[in-house]
Amino acid sequence: MNGFDIPEWAIIWAAIAVSGLATYASRFLGVIFSGRVRADGKLVEWVASVTYALLAGLVARMIILPIGSLNAATDWMRLAATAAGLAAFFAFGRSVAAGVITGTLALIIMLWQ
Amino acid sequence: MSKPLPPVNCNTEREAMWLGVREASKVPAFIMSASFIGFGSMVYDAGWTVHHGVVTTLTTWALPGQIMLVEMFNAGAPLLAIAISIGMINARIFPMVVSLLPVVRKPGIPAWVYFVIVNAIAVTTWMGVMLRIPYLKPEHRFSYLLGYGGLLWSISPFFTAIGFFLSDMVPRPVSIGLVFLNPLYFTLLFLVDLKKPTKVIALVLGAILGPLLFLFSSDWSLLLTGIIGGTAAYFLGQRIDGPTEGGQGQKTPDEALNQTESAN
Repeated sequence: MNGFDIPEWAIIWAAIAVSGLATYASRFLGVIFSGRVRADGKLVEWVASVTYALLAGLVARMIILPIGSLNAATDWMRLAATAAGLAAFFAFGRSVAAGVITGTLALIIMLWQ
Repeated sequence: MSKPLPPVNCNTEREAMWLGVREASKVPAFIMSASFIGFGSMVYDAGWTVHHGVVTTLTTWALPGQIMLVEMFNAGAPLLAIAISIGMINARIFPMVVSLLPVVRKPGIPAWVYFVIVNAIAVTTWMGVMLRIPYLKPEHRFSYLLGYGGLLWSISPFFTAIGFFLSDMVPRPVSIGLVFLNPLYFTLLFLVDLKKPTKVIALVLGAILGPLLFLFSSDWSLLLTGIIGGTAAYFLGQRIDGPTEGGQGQKTPDEALNQTESAN
């Protein structure tokens, strides 16, 4: 896989280190930046709004257009499982636990053949 | 209308920390443990050792990035490509830190503590703590984050290892179900508290723009979704709220109280 005689385990550790550093960069810059803004200011509210939009986008993408192993479930299965989760969530008085368990079980059952 | 969280009564920082531990130990801990069991079995399938999996969890602690690391590595991607992709997918942590830390900061805490605690901030911590913060006094918020994020972060390596060793025993439909757990959990968490118009509009616009922009650019879609959807929601929300001092939406009584106290 590589042109040099670097053992596989060393490359795995290098990749893990790279992943950790690339992730810590966001956290590190976040701490630096957050020290300069007011807690109740408009900037914090705007950033929170951006984060909510970004997360909703990520979550919707994961359900509608999954990349990895979730692709094994059809569009119809994922939407039906999401609907089952939402139905249980509201039926049990906005219970996140009930919704998560119902929706996940629904998907597992649909995949089980 | 939405049902907010049950109110709490914390008198000391220690109580706030244990409240964080208790609240994180229920559904959030269940979701995290199931997700990291899924990651552990993925590490096994990839032919890595359990140490690789555990260290990845401890140092990256953001599941989409970790999954991407294993997938890209096995696909033979160069380190530079891995670094850029993970940097981009985890860039979403930056706005989480910028919007959360100023609210929990407390005089007297040394600066290095923030550079450490920030490792426990990922989507689950951010969502959970943001929901609870309006009910907590400003001086208790850091302790709550410490308890909440600390618990979730510290259990994750154990479940990574458990998933690694159980991986032969987990049937494929279950491992796919564990992957589905995450987006479903966040979808429901979004619906727990819908009092603020800005948040509701941001969520709706994000859910529409996310998949749509992904079709055009898989790399930049997340960032664009956040900036376009979030900015539009911010201005639309302000129009609905009317101009408020400090830019906050409707305040709960506790929140209003907290803000007068923090002025001391």
